[in-house]
Amino acid sequence: MNEILDKNLNLEIKNKQLFNICLRTKHLKNSSSLETYKSIGGYEQIKKILKNKLDPQQLIDEIKISGLRGRGGAGFPTGIKWSFMPRDYDGIKYIVCNSDEGEPGTFKDRDIICHNPHQLIEGMLIGAYIMNAHVGYNYIHGEIWEEYVSFEKAIEEARKAGLLGKNIFGSGFNFELHAFHGYGAYICGEETALIESIEGKKGQPRYKPPFPATYGIYGKPTNVNNTETYASIPWIIENGGQAFMAHGVKNSGGTKIFSISGHVEKPGNYEIELGMPFEQLLNEAGGVWKGRKLKAVIPGGPSTPLVPADIIRGATLDYDGLAKIGSSVGAGSMIIMDDTTCMVTALKRLSYFFYEESCGQCTPCREGTGWVYRIISRIYQGQATHEDLDLLTDVSKKISGRTICALGDSAATPVLSFIKHFRDEFEVFIKNGKKLVN
Amino acid sequence: MIEKLKKLIDKEVAKYPTDKKQSAVIAALAIMQHHRGWLSQDDISDVAVYLDMPEIAVLEVATFYNMFDLKPVGKYKLSICTNISCMLRDADQIVDHLKKTLKIDFNEISKDGKFCLKESECMGACEGAPLLTVNNQKMYEHLDVKKVDQLLKDLK
Ligand SMILES: Cc1cc2nc3c(=O)[nH]c(=O)nc-3n(C[C@H](O)[C@H](O)[C@H](O)COP(=O)(O)O)c2cc1C
Ligand code: SF4
Ligand code: FES
Repeated sequence: MNEILDKNLNLEIKNKQLFNICLRTKHLKNSSSLETYKSIGGYEQIKKILKNKLDPQQLIDEIKISGLRGRGGAGFPTGIKWSFMPRDYDGIKYIVCNSDEGEPGTFKDRDIICHNPHQLIEGMLIGAYIMNAHVGYNYIHGEIWEEYVSFEKAIEEARKAGLLGKNIFGSGFNFELHAFHGYGAYICGEETALIESIEGKKGQPRYKPPFPATYGIYGKPTNVNNTETYASIPWIIENGGQAFMAHGVKNSGGTKIFSISGHVEKPGNYEIELGMPFEQLLNEAGGVWKGRKLKAVIPGGPSTPLVPADIIRGATLDYDGLAKIGSSVGAGSMIIMDDTTCMVTALKRLSYFFYEESCGQCTPCREGTGWVYRIISRIYQGQATHEDLDLLTDVSKKISGRTICALGDSAATPVLSFIKHFRDEFEVFIKNGKKLVN
Repeated sequence: MIEKLKKLIDKEVAKYPTDKKQSAVIAALAIMQHHRGWLSQDDISDVAVYLDMPEIAVLEVATFYNMFDLKPVGKYKLSICTNISCMLRDADQIVDHLKKTLKIDFNEISKDGKFCLKESECMGACEGAPLLTVNNQKMYEHLDVKKVDQLLKDLK
């Protein structure tokens, strides 16, 4: 009896596969071209919507049914977010795509821009129709230059084909889309910093409320979504919310791209059905680098807590599955660490990142991130005392929850989770002034 | 400001409402920097005049975003990512090799004026770790010591 139960259980879990929705053109020839996207039914959804003037509320309901949650990190339900935009406001409104991925370990939006830009454009068109906006921007991370250029080309191609601009499909609906190129500031991924940046200013986050849906670019209602979020929309409209939901599990509808990097044989993007067991994905990525032993994993990028190998081994990759083990999906930026990894060195680098990228507006973040980095450097140089370890935890906890934007919390997360799980490594460093790991 | 650059900036300005030229300031600075290799005080002033902005507002932007260089960077600026995913793939070895070969530290220019080395944060391309960019535009991925040597040779 138990065996049958186990088998059924396994079946349910094993059932999850790699499945491409956002990356569905990646393996086709000329993946980024309009022709390729059209060959898989591209732009048919927006055509259907515009020709039949489909009811925006019904479309929002479909997206709600799909269970799609924002893929930029916070996981907010997209259907609900879109209903916050004041549809009847008759002034100018904006929609923005956030392709500023700069959190270490994140490189999924790059693949969408590079291989499936038209699906993203169609997703934005559908969003624009639903929210009744006529201008959009795609904010692209500064360091990926060639991708920016190729996205500009995709926009041009769509414009020439009448898919962007005035009177699209003869429906009277207008939508203009522009690419915006960032220039090296992680904080601009935060949606209000991104808005400031589009206004031509330093990327410093705004106080919320007011939220962008009421006060965004130039003070106009603005909706910001992640690249992967928008790129999921055409498939959902084509196949229905239920079908998308069915690819995932409860509370985690659909597929999600996991970007796997670090100590793994085949680093890269893997679009999985949510709910896939961690072990299965690790196998897909060829296992741990050079056949070494797994030590720990950061499941969703450094703003999500680090998890030791024995804890993540039994976990499934979905919002609840990762919450259960004290971490989170984040942006799906999975960083694999093998048993040669020194946790003090790794944390030192991450702390430097948050210190370097803090925009400096809030005292706890500006001072705290510097303080944290200095303490870890002291540990690293063998000049710390045992009190420093408690001080480190204390300072981190005092940054968390006391700042304008979530970068402050993100900075505290690695410190707290690294020390929680690998305290002994820090203590050995303090005592002997050298690494426990070679 | 020369005509060619004005034209490029105009294309960026056209993306925004007519009274919001300031939105094009990052793009304008990027265009100027690409032309000279770095941003001089004159470039900052020119952009300020062209976009109707106070000079200090332009300077603020130029200092906030990491890819801008307010000092000369040699003919080739090599920006290498040392963040976690690249670190795990031994970016430090590439850094050491570059420093030794070029006989410079981060933020220095080699004696022949050709290379400058910059430490960079995550470039959103960790799949190809370790990696670097040349003059912000061209990315070289999956680096090892041999590839780096070849690259230095190719950059004439
Ligand atoms: C410091 C910081 C960096 C962020 N970086 C990104 C990013 O690179 N890309 C992104 O989509 N969202 C990022 N976010 C989240 C955005 O603020 C926003 O929630 C998201 O773009 C909304 O889109 P979604 O609902 O589709 O996820 C960041 C947030 C913070 C606090
Ligand atoms: S938390 Fe940090 S990054 Fe965010 S607004 Fe405050 S100082 Fe800036
Ligand atoms: S950590 Fe180096 S590119 Fe992301």
